[in-house]
Amino acid sequence: MSTGEAEGSFHNEPERLGTMQLILFLIFAAICLAGAINMLLQSHPINSALSLIVVMTSLAVLYLLLGAEFLAAAQVIVYAGAIMVLFTFVVMLLNAGREERTLGSRAARTVGFPAIAALLAVLATVIIKTQNLGAAALSDNLSSQPGATNLDLLGKELFTNLLLPFEVTSVLILIAVLGAVALARRGGGEEK
Amino acid sequence: MTILAFLLWSIVKVVVVVVIFLMGVAYTVLLERKLVGRIQNRWGPNRVGPFGLLQPLVDGAKSFLKEDIIPTAVYKPLYLLAPVIALGCALISIGVVPFGSPDITIGGMHLFQIADVNIGLLVILGITSIGVYGIALAGWSSNNKYSLLGSLRASAQLISYELALGLSLVGVVMRAGSLNLREIVESQGKYGLLSWNLFGGMQFVAFFIYLMAAYAETNRSPFDLPEAESELAAGYHTEYSSMKFAMFFMAEYGNMINVGCVATLLFLGGWTSPFGNALPLPHNIVLDSLLPIFWFVLKVFSFLFLYVWVRGTLPRFRYDQLMTFGWRYLMPLAILNILATSLWISWRG
Repeated sequence: MSTGEAEGSFHNEPERLGTMQLILFLIFAAICLAGAINMLLQSHPINSALSLIVVMTSLAVLYLLLGAEFLAAAQVIVYAGAIMVLFTFVVMLLNAGREERTLGSRAARTVGFPAIAALLAVLATVIIKTQNLGAAALSDNLSSQPGATNLDLLGKELFTNLLLPFEVTSVLILIAVLGAVALARRGGGEEK
Repeated sequence: MTILAFLLWSIVKVVVVVVIFLMGVAYTVLLERKLVGRIQNRWGPNRVGPFGLLQPLVDGAKSFLKEDIIPTAVYKPLYLLAPVIALGCALISIGVVPFGSPDITIGGMHLFQIADVNIGLLVILGITSIGVYGIALAGWSSNNKYSLLGSLRASAQLISYELALGLSLVGVVMRAGSLNLREIVESQGKYGLLSWNLFGGMQFVAFFIYLMAAYAETNRSPFDLPEAESELAAGYHTEYSSMKFAMFFMAEYGNMINVGCVATLLFLGGWTSPFGNALPLPHNIVLDSLLPIFWFVLKVFSFLFLYVWVRGTLPRFRYDQLMTFGWRYLMPLAILNILATSLWISWRG
């Protein structure tokens, strides 16, 4: 009658868990793709934005299936919860209407579609040919040490091996913030 | 425990918890009406049942029976979806909350927690941040300027205060070294009241920030700008009637309970007794399982009491004051608290 037994009893059935994961993966991959396609097809900006939220959250579930639970939570909180709220905020604020459907330029049809097909073909070949690229060993890397959680390992990795990229990224974001403030202030100054 | 038994137990737990949670929501409304009544020197509802105790049931029946009006100019899919998102998000959070002793298990499964997730705190934060869409879409799809203004205010307010809210919890997480709600509670259960994060954990600044941010997150007075009735009619739910309005209403009170649960778990020692081991432990399975639930409910109740008290006492902020307060005071204070806590932890080793 302890938690250890419960965890053990589920881990003793790797095959069933495997099928369960596969089923969940298929469901959420399908939702993700449907959301992505719907985002492109919708003519109303708010519907596109909502489809993007669906894509973000189903991606979070896919991360969860890979054993990266912290990444999944961060995906939901940061992308679905904060960035997309700003997107919908802007759509609501500007009260953007329906987009006009155009048939697209001729250049897009003659050059764009073949180019995209070629690019996808190249990517698919690379993914299929490369060993272990599609295997997603993320969960193994993150849970290789016994007792350590995702969060411990990510934190250690981020603040030791990846410290420089981490700090450089934060400086980059700081510059973006300063830029936004500068732009906003200049707008306010002209009004005076 | 087989998969089937696991499923069956999970369903039973979910149903029981959701029913109790909804009852809690209904009676929180009554608590608020009664308390605010007493604060304003009147009786509050006292006609239906003894002490007005049946008022929530009558209110629920009224909401169901009222005519459901859908204005012609609304954007229907989102107009219908918005209350579902709002109430759904309010109901999901309770799924990761441990509300009783973890020692009581059936076949290795916790009886008093629906799901023991090792990132429980982040799950709650994530669901809260998704809950914004309910309010935002309600206001936009209603095609009404009061609604739109209300939901714009709500979105801006929720994004702003989410930062302070998240940062205020970092200190607690650092002390516990885990995002698992059960482990966070266990980290402060040793000496009762003295080891709670609020007192012994020196997280009273964080608690204050959490309190402010939580009032703003749940759109409660003194931060109830999104539905400020003196300026915006009813804010984002102006165009909603009948059960759809009731769903927003339930979502608001459900979120209040959720916030109370999180405050209890993170700052007030969760289900542990405030006397620690000073009281003799009852070695009796019934008492062992009921006492922790009693403490948990008592703490959540005190938090709700405080909520209503504040609503009955403080006037509403102005919108620019709200934003200034959130960004210029709460957030820097939260960052300072993180710094102080990490210095304290590293000094103590």
